[in-house]
Amino acid sequence: MNALELHALKKYFGHLTALDDVSLSIPVGSRTAIVGPSGSGKTTLLRMIAGFEFPDSGRIVMHGNPLVDETREVAAHQRNIGYVPQDGALFPHLSVAANIGFGLAGDRAAKHRRIGELMEMVALDASMSERWPHELSGGQQQRVALARALAQNPGIMLLDEPFSALDTGLRSSMRKAVSKLLSDAGITTILVTHDQAEALSFADQLAVMRQGKLVQAGSPMDVYRHPVDEETAVFLGEAIVLPAWIEGDSAICELGVVPVIRPRRQGAAQILLRPEQLTVTRHETHEDPAHNSIGRVTDIDFAGGSCILTLEMAARVSANGEHIAHRTLNVRNPGINVPALGSSVRLSTAGEAHVL
Amino acid sequence: MALWITGSALVISLLALLPLGFVIFIAIQSGWDSIVQLVFRPRVAELLLNTLMLVLITLPLCIALSLALAWLTERSNLPGRRMWSLLATAPIAVPAFVHSYAWVSLVPSLHGLPAAVLVSVLAYFPFLYLPIAATMRRLDPAIEDVGQSLGLKPWAVFLRIVMPQLRLAMCGGALLIGLHLLAEYGLFAMIRFDTFTTAIFDQFQSSFNGPAANMLAGVLAMLCLALLTVESAARGKARYARVGSGSARQPQIWRLSSTATLLCLLLPLGISLLALGVPFITLARWLIAGGGEVWQQEGLLDAIQQTLVLASVGAVLITAAAFPIAWLSIRSPGRFNRLLESCNYITSSLPGIVVALALVTVTIKLARPIYQTAITVLLAYLLMFLPRALVSLRAGIAQAPVELENIARSLGRSPAQALWLITLRLAAPSAAAGAALVFLAITNELTATLLLAPSGTRTLATGFWAMTSEIDYAAAAPYALIMVLLSLPLTALLYHQSRRTAGR
Repeated sequence: MNALELHALKKYFGHLTALDDVSLSIPVGSRTAIVGPSGSGKTTLLRMIAGFEFPDSGRIVMHGNPLVDETREVAAHQRNIGYVPQDGALFPHLSVAANIGFGLAGDRAAKHRRIGELMEMVALDASMSERWPHELSGGQQQRVALARALAQNPGIMLLDEPFSALDTGLRSSMRKAVSKLLSDAGITTILVTHDQAEALSFADQLAVMRQGKLVQAGSPMDVYRHPVDEETAVFLGEAIVLPAWIEGDSAICELGVVPVIRPRRQGAAQILLRPEQLTVTRHETHEDPAHNSIGRVTDIDFAGGSCILTLEMAARVSANGEHIAHRTLNVRNPGINVPALGSSVRLSTAGEAHVL
Repeated sequence: MALWITGSALVISLLALLPLGFVIFIAIQSGWDSIVQLVFRPRVAELLLNTLMLVLITLPLCIALSLALAWLTERSNLPGRRMWSLLATAPIAVPAFVHSYAWVSLVPSLHGLPAAVLVSVLAYFPFLYLPIAATMRRLDPAIEDVGQSLGLKPWAVFLRIVMPQLRLAMCGGALLIGLHLLAEYGLFAMIRFDTFTTAIFDQFQSSFNGPAANMLAGVLAMLCLALLTVESAARGKARYARVGSGSARQPQIWRLSSTATLLCLLLPLGISLLALGVPFITLARWLIAGGGEVWQQEGLLDAIQQTLVLASVGAVLITAAAFPIAWLSIRSPGRFNRLLESCNYITSSLPGIVVALALVTVTIKLARPIYQTAITVLLAYLLMFLPRALVSLRAGIAQAPVELENIARSLGRSPAQALWLITLRLAAPSAAAGAALVFLAITNELTATLLLAPSGTRTLATGFWAMTSEIDYAAAAPYALIMVLLSLPLTALLYHQSRRTAGR
């Protein structure tokens, strides 16, 4: 069964279309990341799931029960959906313990015990319980916000860019910790982020949004390798898009012959390669230039552990007689064994290319 | 719930339009001929001249004095700068009519325009000093450095760079003082200087709710609206926010030579003597002369009790009434809600006497049962003092972002519970500050209370007024002292706020 089903959600803000026919299924216990540039409608979608906003049309179903359809709109406080916003949004007038216990019912002792459990769960020291929100670091605030949302045993947990306010090191460790905690608890989680690396590493289902539309959904690896279009490809990571000629299971392009799987078309097409698929080696003159691609290093951007080489590829004639003009490519190279400026290098590819 | 809040905001704002509606109604009802007859006559011309002279002489003096004091306390190394700054704020704690009482009992022959200007400047200049000093502290010194590097002499830097940046503060303070000058009754009545407000009051006492008084009130209301228009035109559309990031450096402090220091000390010293020393000495003299008897006088205890009841009930009611408007202006700012809000600001800029006359007319004509009851008095306070609560509440609600209410709802609390548990809790300190401002405004309110209160009502202000009207200055002293003491926390609050908005 699906924890959440979104059917054809639409939302307009005046003339602006915030959500355009968004449908998505989220399996029970899964971790879904909704990723997209700012203004793509991802936060609106999340707020709609939480019940802070309502769609102009469409249906939302949670565990088989409709939350929003033509006849009803279940209010936020009746949904039992946990929500952790960007900055934590702790209640500034309540202590840590009171923040966590805000949604809890029951007598003092039971509440106290549950707060203790929750604090342990998010790895907060018990001595923190009487602190005030302004006395906490960013990471601690996020933990309290998470514990507060966990307190009511939510059916679904919504995370709205919860790691973006943290600094880089803390960010990935928090992400791992939260991800483990939520999957151990078996809670269906939806994360909204504009950071593609975060989305790729966090999710087992990735949904890409752009201009109010859900462009693509699938497993992170699949979406990364086989994006539906160039924009999605570029959004999810560095992309090298080349004109090519597809024949059977191979693409002929300026880098030589590259295998492709299940190409959607034959003949002229664009292919996608990720920088990690390219390797630069020194060019030995006795090799046959027809089966390799030779480039000249025109610029080196050294960044310590790695460097970016700008290569000017030699002009060549493709198999069908088409002339391919020389062009420049940016290729990542380890920071060691960097070829000299002006030297000739050979570029080889690993894995398959994706036909756009 | 949103509908309910919008509804009550609408009702309160419509109520606020009552005095303006009254002025328009009077004008229409009287007809053009009687307007000409009542307005275009020598007496009105004389009052107009008096009032305009008062405003036109007092305002520049206040501006010059405040600029000088602000420069000395913020930009020079004058010894005891913080103390002088506090002393320049303190005259606010003394109600204007107590200033006037102090001067009249010190120099009984004081009267007319010069006296009116003198007492007005002393009673009201802090309203200009506070914003000017706060702005001066906040100015980015880098801009002045640039001016100097472009070859401007120090005087030119002050005139061409500092002064223009003070324009907003000067306009705001001058408007506030101008409105006070138009509205004040007690101050000018005591030194026998006729303004529109005193004339309306006299007219009302002699002929009750006559057309003459109403017509004068209409002219006075027009004067206030004209002042608002002039101020908004003078303020212009410019914004003087600091461009660029990072925090500003400390402003440069001007080193005064020792002779200059001595000369400059004379200004704050002299002003403090006149604005604080005179009321202090007079009060002390009358209290000593009156001895223990004046504290046991009949009516004092009653006045304290009544004032406390009236002011606390008023403060609570008005803060509650301000809530829907404040909530709307923060949570759904839009043209309509801004309009609602500005209705209340315009009415509060009308003199108390216009509001009082409007309520007298309306209650007699439409709501006879509440005429001359505490309800009408509270209604007048609501119309006059709502913005004081509104400004504070707005700031408080702005500190409770809607996101927190959302979180509370996602944690299973209903919208009403979320509002109560989160937003109201967070806005409570500001609401309390707003309520305190209203409380003190009611305590020191004289004009509307005199006109509207049912017989037997005696507040500190009206009790004080009754005593001074009988020239029993000694018996008036305890009333004045209590009002000053009650106002001191307000003054401290204002001083603190002006420091805090300056970010230091």
